[in-house]
Amino acid sequence: MAAVPHSDLPDLSDHVVVRRMHWGRWAAVAVILLLLASLARAFAVGQIEWQVVGQFITAPTILSGLLNTVVMAVAAMALGIMLGVVAAVMRMSSNPVLQGVALGYAWLFRGTPIILQLLLWFNLALIFPTIGLPGIGWVRTVDVMTPAFAALLGLAINQGAYTSEVVRAGMLSVDVGQYEAAKAIGMTRLRALRRIVFPQAMRVVIPPLGNEFIGMVKLTSLASVIQFTEILHSAQNIYYANAHVIELLIVAALWYLLVVSILTPLQMLLERRFSRGSAGGR
Amino acid sequence: MRPLVSLVRLNKSFGDFRALRDVSLDVAAGEVVCIIGASGSGKTTLLRCVNQLVEPDSGAIWVDGELAGYRAAQGRLHRLSEAEIARQRRATGMVFQRFNLFPHLTALGNITEGPVQVLRQPRAEAEAEARALLARVGLAEKAESYPAQLSGGQQQRVAIARALAMKPRLMLFDEPTSALDPELVGEVLAVMRELAASGMTMIVVTHELGFAREVADRVVFMDHGVIIETGTPAEVLSAPREARTQAFISAVLA
Ligand SMILES: Nc1ncnc2c1ncn2[C@@H]1O[C@H](COP(=O)(O)OP(=O)(O)OP(=O)(O)O)[C@@H](O)[C@H]1O
Ligand SMILES: [Mg+2]
Repeated sequence: MAAVPHSDLPDLSDHVVVRRMHWGRWAAVAVILLLLASLARAFAVGQIEWQVVGQFITAPTILSGLLNTVVMAVAAMALGIMLGVVAAVMRMSSNPVLQGVALGYAWLFRGTPIILQLLLWFNLALIFPTIGLPGIGWVRTVDVMTPAFAALLGLAINQGAYTSEVVRAGMLSVDVGQYEAAKAIGMTRLRALRRIVFPQAMRVVIPPLGNEFIGMVKLTSLASVIQFTEILHSAQNIYYANAHVIELLIVAALWYLLVVSILTPLQMLLERRFSRGSAGGR
Repeated sequence: MRPLVSLVRLNKSFGDFRALRDVSLDVAAGEVVCIIGASGSGKTTLLRCVNQLVEPDSGAIWVDGELAGYRAAQGRLHRLSEAEIARQRRATGMVFQRFNLFPHLTALGNITEGPVQVLRQPRAEAEAEARALLARVGLAEKAESYPAQLSGGQQQRVAIARALAMKPRLMLFDEPTSALDPELVGEVLAVMRELAASGMTMIVVTHELGFAREVADRVVFMDHGVIIETGTPAEVLSAPREARTQAFISAVLA
């Protein structure tokens, strides 16, 4: 603080600033530490055999389940994003038929529970014993509709219905002047979308899509109901045999947490990649 | 000689509002036409009709001997496909009031986007031409800058270079300086002046009467969707015949 000349206000220039004590904060920390300690103690003395957790965390069955979970999440999300982009473009087109198809798609798959959709895909053989295309060939549905394929279809198609709305919001966030400028240099609508609109929409679309991807990692666990051997299904298979229910659930939980923790920095990298040219830097 | 642009009895309504009423205008190759008029008089709508960003309700638009948007055959008009309309637009460059540069691309990327993606020009060639265009608009050293790192005047000059990269026969300007700070207007007008001197055909919607007086071959005054008066700058700006033109010009100069 500078001295104020020609004034009878007190001179504060040699005073030291005392930091405010945040008593409430300290109290909250103490309470939280106490709660954590008692929780830790409860788990330590509880009926958990931690060495079983350690033993199964890298068991081959668990690891192959983990691989299935990760591959399914990535594949279903990728396919879901493709479907979502197509549905969003259809919804934003000037063709009322395409608009209607996109609306119907979102209505149908957002309106029914995902677990029901998975069961329907898996049991498709009950409706259509054979599937195929005239002139190309027919196969028995049960041979094609494996648990993995049914899970991929169910999860991706459901994801696409949600993603289409996220993509549409991204497209709406781009100024109409951008569409016009793209048209003015002779671009068709699709090329303008791909080259001009989508790269800009990414900035808006990535955070919610990151959210949905995390959701997808956990949604794959529902596919255990159709016998897809993702990590939760693997853990269950083991505890049906050895009765270490909680230990194996903890194993699965730890792996889920690890996978989700890796996704967050990946998302930040992507966000940085697509914020090029926005005000404040590249 | 056949005019480069012929607008024949254009009509356009937005709902009940008639933005253009029976507007006809010819622009010869190499001519610079400035359109002036009060806000809402239909200047932007007219300009957008020329490169089909707006579709008129009736009337015909001819650019370089081609009917815009339709193919005439056996007494019928067939709507062109989107790809064919996109091809027609290449002959026309457009510069917007709010620049509309692509913010995710550098100045160079903005200029090469059309040549590379639309004209399928080899990238190296397109970049060499883009650098030459940047030099022409006085921004040789800004090739790697993103639009957000450029001033308004610099952005508008990049936008002009982007339009020129498509090698258009005709350039449309919609109030290219009215979103700029006063001290940046001059640098954009200088580029446009040079472009006019190089023989480019230009239709310019502007409130810069000084620019119109100096550069235009012809000035068009519009009011309520109608062309009220057209003539040389001296005729329209200094000695307007119509009362509405007189009122507009004295209001702008006041
Ligand atoms: N897409 C649209 N939908 C509805 N009305 C529109 C649309 N575009 C233009 N108009 C209306 O048409 C009239 C003419 O608009 P236009 O933009 O051509 O005027 P202008 O002469 O360019 O005016 P300004 O000097 O303000 O740019 C205005 O009243 C405007 O509100
Ligand atoms: Mg306007």
